[in-house]
Amino acid sequence: MTVLNENTPSTAAGNRPARRRKPLASRAYKVFRVVALIVVVLFLLAPLFWMLLASLKTNVDIYDTAKAFLFPPTFENYANVLQRNNYFVFIFNSFWVAFVSTVLSIILGVPAAYAMSRFTMHRSALVVLMARVIPGVSLLVPWYYVFSNLRMVGKFEVLILSHMFVALPLIVYIMMSYFDSLPLELEESAEVDGLTPIGAFRLITLPLAVSGIATAGILSFIFSWNNFMFALVLSGAKTKTLPVAIFDFVSYASIDWGGLMAAATVVTIPIMIIALFTQKYIVSGLTAGATKG
Amino acid sequence: MSVLNPPRSAQPRSARGPAGAGGNFSAWANRHRKWLFAAPAMIFVGVLIVFPLAWTLYLSLTDSQGSVRAATEFIGLQNYLTVLTDTDRFWPAVGRTLSFTGLALAFEVVLGMGIALLLWRPFRGEKWVRVAILLPLVATPVAVGMMWRLIFDPNIGFVNQLLGMVGIPPQPWLSGQDTALGTTIFMDVWQWTPMVVLILLAGLTSLSDEPDEAARVDGANAFQRFFYITLPLMMPTVIVAILLRGIDALKTFDILYATKGKGGGSFHEVETLNVYAYGLSFDYNQYGLSSAVLILFFMIIIGSMWLLTMRKKAASK
Repeated sequence: MTVLNENTPSTAAGNRPARRRKPLASRAYKVFRVVALIVVVLFLLAPLFWMLLASLKTNVDIYDTAKAFLFPPTFENYANVLQRNNYFVFIFNSFWVAFVSTVLSIILGVPAAYAMSRFTMHRSALVVLMARVIPGVSLLVPWYYVFSNLRMVGKFEVLILSHMFVALPLIVYIMMSYFDSLPLELEESAEVDGLTPIGAFRLITLPLAVSGIATAGILSFIFSWNNFMFALVLSGAKTKTLPVAIFDFVSYASIDWGGLMAAATVVTIPIMIIALFTQKYIVSGLTAGATKG
Repeated sequence: MSVLNPPRSAQPRSARGPAGAGGNFSAWANRHRKWLFAAPAMIFVGVLIVFPLAWTLYLSLTDSQGSVRAATEFIGLQNYLTVLTDTDRFWPAVGRTLSFTGLALAFEVVLGMGIALLLWRPFRGEKWVRVAILLPLVATPVAVGMMWRLIFDPNIGFVNQLLGMVGIPPQPWLSGQDTALGTTIFMDVWQWTPMVVLILLAGLTSLSDEPDEAARVDGANAFQRFFYITLPLMMPTVIVAILLRGIDALKTFDILYATKGKGGGSFHEVETLNVYAYGLSFDYNQYGLSSAVLILFFMIIIGSMWLLTMRKKAASK
């Protein structure tokens, strides 16, 4: 800096740290930031809140604009949805399909991601990642053909297989960037100490990768829980999952809004609770590989 | 850990191989672990994805329709000709797919960048804002569609009530022929802007403070620093966000089908390529035709991905 500040007795060299200590944001910006963040939070949460409110209203109150926020809450919609429409079965189906497809995808995907990361199998990785790009409908027609010939449409096995199509590439993708970030030296020194390469993977790398596997598993579970299109075609009366059950709600002549919102709340609440407790993992999984050069 | 780490080639693997704990199998497994680990997943993907894709390609060259078991005849490129000259359903669907994706992405990236900048520096209550950002992201898309159906309902919806308070007449939203697509774009922006925020925030956090500091010392104001320092440095991350979001936006199905049903509504107002192909396959059983649509759709996706990857390579340099 060449121009000396006349008001301060400090030298040019002493001036720099003083400038740095100046608050990073001005007062006006701070106020703006608080207001903007409140708007953002309202924009994101208000619709969900409205859904929750409507699920606690009778259908008469939903039509009454004077009772938008103040109304006698009722749990009748939930009772109806859960009992009369057998939602417990759908909840179990959704859970079972998501759980099994996630576990199987982890078993298949984690070693594959490890091999692809350590041996830099770029072309093989590309084949697996292609699955993230392909439109699901183009897989559904051949699957439907094969599985209806095998008389397997509507069985859990088929639904689980189809959900693995989403889960496996996701897990390979997340775990590859996770293994890339683990240092090679640990395995190398384990091998020097007498472990076989597979032993080093099992005893050294795998325990270190637990949080990566948790990340991949949670995301895969959420994606499977939310999956709609595959279940729409491949599920049967006994294997119907929650998103399809909600969709069936509106095929009647007039919409039972209270029941529909209760059903929508029932499907979103479990996944949101999981998300709240595993926030850190979800964020790291969704942004995996995004900041690599 | 030993300080004297021998180079990789000097590992005593071959020396202890056959004599190792599991005998011959263990030695064999260790030697071939690359493919042993990768093969199950690759075979799974091959059977479940490559084979169906090849089948779709085959079906697109036949007149398959009605029942999946019915006999089909090879008709060459006839389906592609039918589809590519179809200005009634196919080309409008292409237009809707591109405008849905383009507009949703534009809003999501601009809003996402704004929100990410707001969240960049730590502040009190950060935890709560992060929760608010996470919730739309994990919500089940079909449930989200139903939620917006109620909120945008022309008669009882909250949005029209709100507009009524400031004297704006009620809008048809999802049920309007001209407003439906825009409303679904809004829904997509609500649900997926948080995703862009998370990716961009990860990028911002990994940036070094020094260029920004240097510009600050040189007297650059906040806008100059953003447009000349932060944004160019963030370009590769922005393109990754566009890439990841764009692939999913092109393939959007759940909220469209949940809010407008078969054929994207009675006037096909939200019928994108994915909804069109799904309808051809499972509502009208036109397998040959739908396969042709899917192959073309697939080419559009690959093409736009390729363009973006090229762009990213240019930005990284």
